[in-house]
Amino acid sequence: MSQHFPALIIVIPLFSALMVTVAGWFNKRLCFPISLLSLAAVLYSSIGLLMQVLSRQVVQYRLGGWPPPFGIVYEVDYLNSVVLVLVTAVALINLIATRISVVEDFPDKLGPFYTLYLLFVTGLSGIVVTGDAFNLYVLLEISSLTGYALIGMGKEHAPLASLHYVFMGTIGASFYLLGIGYLYLVTGSLNMVDIAGILPKLYGSKVVLIAFIICMTGLFIKMALFPFHSWLPNAYADSPPGVVGLIAPLTTKVMVYVMLRITLYVFKPEFSFASADINTAFVWIAAFGIVVASVLALSERRLKRFLTYVLIAEVGYMVGGLWLANRAGITGAILHIINDAAMTLCIFLAAGNILRQSRSDAFEDLKGLFRKMPFSMAAFVVAALSIIGVPPTCGFFSKWYLISGAIEAGQYVFVAALLFSSLVNVVLFFRIIEIGFFEPLDDHHHQAPEITRREAPMGMVISLVAVAVGLIVLGIFTRDIVTKIIQFAIPEGIT
Amino acid sequence: MVPVVSIKPLLAVLASMAVVPFLIYCRKPNLREAWTFAAAIIKFFIVVSMAPTILQGIPIEYQVAEVLPGVAIRFYVDTFGLLFALVSSFLWIITSVYSIGYMRGLNEHSQTRYFCYFALSLSATVGVAFSANFFTLYLFYEMLSFATYPLVAHHQDVEARSSGRRYLTYIVGGSIGLLLPAMLYIYDKTGTLEFARQGILSGHATPGAVKILLLMCIFGFAKAAVMPFHAWLPAAMVAPTPVSALLHAVAVVKVGAFSILRVITGVFGTDLLNSLHLDTMLCLIASFTIIAASLLALNQDGLKLRLAYSTIGQLSYIVLGAALLTPQGLIGGMLHIAMHAFGKITLFFCAGAIFVATGVRNISEMDGIGKRMPVTLACFFIGSLSVIGLPPCGGFISKWYLVLGTLESENLLMLFVLLSSSLLNAAYFLPIVYRGYFGPPNPSKYGDCVKEAPLWCIVPLVLTAAGSVVLFFLPQPFLKLAQMTVKHIFMGP
Repeated sequence: MSQHFPALIIVIPLFSALMVTVAGWFNKRLCFPISLLSLAAVLYSSIGLLMQVLSRQVVQYRLGGWPPPFGIVYEVDYLNSVVLVLVTAVALINLIATRISVVEDFPDKLGPFYTLYLLFVTGLSGIVVTGDAFNLYVLLEISSLTGYALIGMGKEHAPLASLHYVFMGTIGASFYLLGIGYLYLVTGSLNMVDIAGILPKLYGSKVVLIAFIICMTGLFIKMALFPFHSWLPNAYADSPPGVVGLIAPLTTKVMVYVMLRITLYVFKPEFSFASADINTAFVWIAAFGIVVASVLALSERRLKRFLTYVLIAEVGYMVGGLWLANRAGITGAILHIINDAAMTLCIFLAAGNILRQSRSDAFEDLKGLFRKMPFSMAAFVVAALSIIGVPPTCGFFSKWYLISGAIEAGQYVFVAALLFSSLVNVVLFFRIIEIGFFEPLDDHHHQAPEITRREAPMGMVISLVAVAVGLIVLGIFTRDIVTKIIQFAIPEGIT
Repeated sequence: MVPVVSIKPLLAVLASMAVVPFLIYCRKPNLREAWTFAAAIIKFFIVVSMAPTILQGIPIEYQVAEVLPGVAIRFYVDTFGLLFALVSSFLWIITSVYSIGYMRGLNEHSQTRYFCYFALSLSATVGVAFSANFFTLYLFYEMLSFATYPLVAHHQDVEARSSGRRYLTYIVGGSIGLLLPAMLYIYDKTGTLEFARQGILSGHATPGAVKILLLMCIFGFAKAAVMPFHAWLPAAMVAPTPVSALLHAVAVVKVGAFSILRVITGVFGTDLLNSLHLDTMLCLIASFTIIAASLLALNQDGLKLRLAYSTIGQLSYIVLGAALLTPQGLIGGMLHIAMHAFGKITLFFCAGAIFVATGVRNISEMDGIGKRMPVTLACFFIGSLSVIGLPPCGGFISKWYLVLGTLESENLLMLFVLLSSSLLNAAYFLPIVYRGYFGPPNPSKYGDCVKEAPLWCIVPLVLTAAGSVVLFFLPQPFLKLAQMTVKHIFMGP
C-alpha cells in the first residue's frame, strides 16, 4: 500500500471526483462526506510520503512500470513532499471550514462544486509530485481549467473576472509549454532528472537560454508576479469563500514551487544563477512588485480586494528570495511557501466569516466586529500579525530568512522592499482592526452601544481558530522545519 | 558563575498572561479585580523569590524553545533584568489599586478590555526584562507595542484613535523599520544574538557599520522617545491616567530605555564603543533630548502633557547614563529606571486624582487646589522633588551617580546639561505646587472643604510618594543590583 502513495495522491481525488458527480445526482448530501474522506486519504498518503522521504530520501514511482526517461515518473524528495503535505492539508481544512457557506452559496450545484474542488486538488498535487516536465503541463491545465470554473461560479462580476483569468492563465501555460518544447528539441527528453543530466553540455546554447526565459515568463504570469498580476484581484475578490480559501493560498504557492523546481533541479543553480546581474535584475523586479502591490493595497476600500494585493506582494517575497541565490534566501522562499499558504488560508477564512455574517466587506461596514464575532476577529488579528511579520507567528520567520539572505547577498533594495511592505501591512491591517475594534460610542455617556454577538457557525469558527493556532505552532517549530526538511531541499552547491 | 536553570522567569512572564481568560469570563467586577490582584501579587512574589539567588551573583536561565537554528526564546535573569522586573511588577500592584479607583470613579466603559490588555502589557514588560538575547527582547518588545495599543486608544473617539495610530506608527515603524534590519545584520555578521558581558559585535563589524547600527538601535527603540522619535508620547496621553502612569512612566518607556541600555552593553559592548569614541555622539543625542524636552515642557498647560515632556527628558537621562560609558554613569542610568519610576508614577497618579475629583486637566485652572486636595498636592510636591533630583527623594541618588559619571568621563558639557536640566525641571514643576498652595482659589470649583479623590486613588499615590522618600534613605536593593551589573560588565565575573 504505502509504496503506491505517489499514485494514490492522484488517483484517489480523481476517482472521488467522478463519484461525487454521480452521487450528486442521487443525493446531494453525499457529496461532502465523499470529498472529505477522499481528501483525508490524500492527506494521509502525503504525510506517509513525507515520512518515507525523511527516512529514505527520494521516493520514485514509475507509472505503469515504465522506466524513466520513457515513462512518466513521480519523484518525491524533500522539496515537494513538504509542499504536497501543505497542498493537501490546506485543501482538507478549507473543505471542512467552508462546508456551511458552500451549501449556502451553491444549494443546487453541490455536485459540480465538489467535483471541481477535487479535480483542482488532483491537478495541484499532481504538479507537485510529477517528475515529468510535460506531465506537469497537463496537470497544470487540469488545475487551471477547474480553477476558472470555480471562480466563474461566483456572483456578479465573477464570470468576467474568470474570463480575464482564462486569457492570462492560458497565455502563461502556453509560454511554459513552449519552453518545455524548446527543451525537448535540444535534449530529446521530458523527464526532469534526465533533462538535468543532459543540459550541462548545452549550457552555452541559445535555445536553452530562450527555453529558460520563456518557462520563467510563463510561470511569472501564472503566479501573478508584478507586472503580470492584473488578473488576480478580480478573480479572487469576487469568488465565494469556499473557492477563494482553496485557490488563493495554493495556486500562487504551487507556481512558486514549480519555479523552484525548474531553476534548482532542471536547470541547476550553475545555469540559473550564472549571471549575478540577472539575479539582481530579478530581485529588483520582485522588490518593485512588492512595493507597487503594497501601495495598490493601500488604495482599496474592501477587505477581500486589498487582501488580494497583499497576496501579490507576497509572491514578490518568494521570487526575490529565490533569486538572492544563497542558502538563506532560498530557505526563506521555501519556508514562505508554507507560511504564506497557512496565513493566506487563515486570513481568507476569516474574511469569509466576516463576509457571511455582515453581508459586506466594505471597510465602513466592519464597525463593532470584534464584539460581534470575537473568535473570528481574534484569528484575523493573528493572521494579520503573521503577515506583518511579528514573532512568534510564522510570517516573521520566513521574513527573517529572506532579510538575512538579502543582507548576505548585499541586496539592500530587497531588504528595503520587505520592510516597506511590512510597514504598509501594519497600516493596512490596523486600519481594519481599528474600525472593528473601536465601535463608535453612542454619545458622551461612555457606554458602548449594545452589540449582539453574531459569530459564524461553530464549524467555521473552530477550523478558523485551529488554523490561527497553527500559524503560531508553525512559527515555533521553524527550526525543525528548516533543519529537518528545507535544508535538504536546497541543492548542496548553494551556500 | 554557572547559571541556575529554573522555570521561574517563564512563570513570572506568564503569571499575568494566564489571568486574561479569567478576566474575560468574570461577570462581576469585584471578582475580576480580585483576579488582577492575585496575578499582580503572584507575579511580584515570583520575581522577588529570584532575588536571593541573583544577589549571590548567580544568574537564572530558562530556555523555552529554539525557534531558529542558534536562536532561541530564552530567559536569562541577571541583576539588571531583576532590577527592572522588580520595579515594574511592584508598581503594577499599586497601579491596579489605583485603576480601580480611577476607572470606577469615572465610570469608564470597557473595563474588562482595559484590565486584560494591562495584564498582557505587564507580561511583555517582564519578558523584556528577562530576555537572554536580542531576539527574545524583540519578541516581547513587539508584544508590548500591540498590547498597549488598545489602552492608548481606549476612549475610542477621534482624538484617541488618531493618537493610537500615531503611537503605532512611531513604535512599530521604529521596531520593524530600524530594529529588525539592525538585528538581522548583527546576526548575519556575528552568528549569534545572545547578550554578552562585553557585547558580541566587537571584531565583526566595521566602525562605520557599528555607528549606523548604534543609531538604528537608539532610534529604533522608539519607546525610549529619544528625539525626534518622541511625538507619540505626548499624543498617548489621551489614554486613561493609570495607563499613562504605569505604561508611560514605567513600563513602556522604561522598556525602551532598558532595551537601549541592554543593547549598548550586551550587543555593542562598552569597550567597543569607547574604542570607537562613539560616546560623544550618544551624549549629544541624549543631551539634546534632555534640554529640548524640558524647554517644551515649560510651555504645556495640560498637566499630563507637561508630565509627558518631562518623561521624554528624563528617559534620556537613562540613555545619557549609558552614553557616558563609564561605571558610575551606567549605575546612574540603571538606578534612574527605578527612581524616576517612583517619582513619575506619583505625579501621574496625582494628575489623575485631580481629574477624578475635580475634572480639571489644565495647570492654569489649578490655583488653590491645595485647599481642596492637600494630600494629593503634598504627594505631587514629593514626586516633583524626586524628578528634579533633590533630597530627600530617590531621584537625587540616581542623579548623583549620573553627575559622578560625567566627572568620571571628564565630560563637563554633560555635567552642565544635567545641572541646567535640573533647573528647568524645577522651573516647570515648582510653579504648579506654588499655585496649588498659594494661588487664589476659585471658590466655585474648590470650596473650603477638603474633598479628595476616592480612597482607592489616594492610597496608591501616598504609597509611591512614600516610596520615593524611602528610596533616598534605603536605595540598597536597587543600588546593589546596579552596582553588581556594572561591576560584572567592567570587571568580569
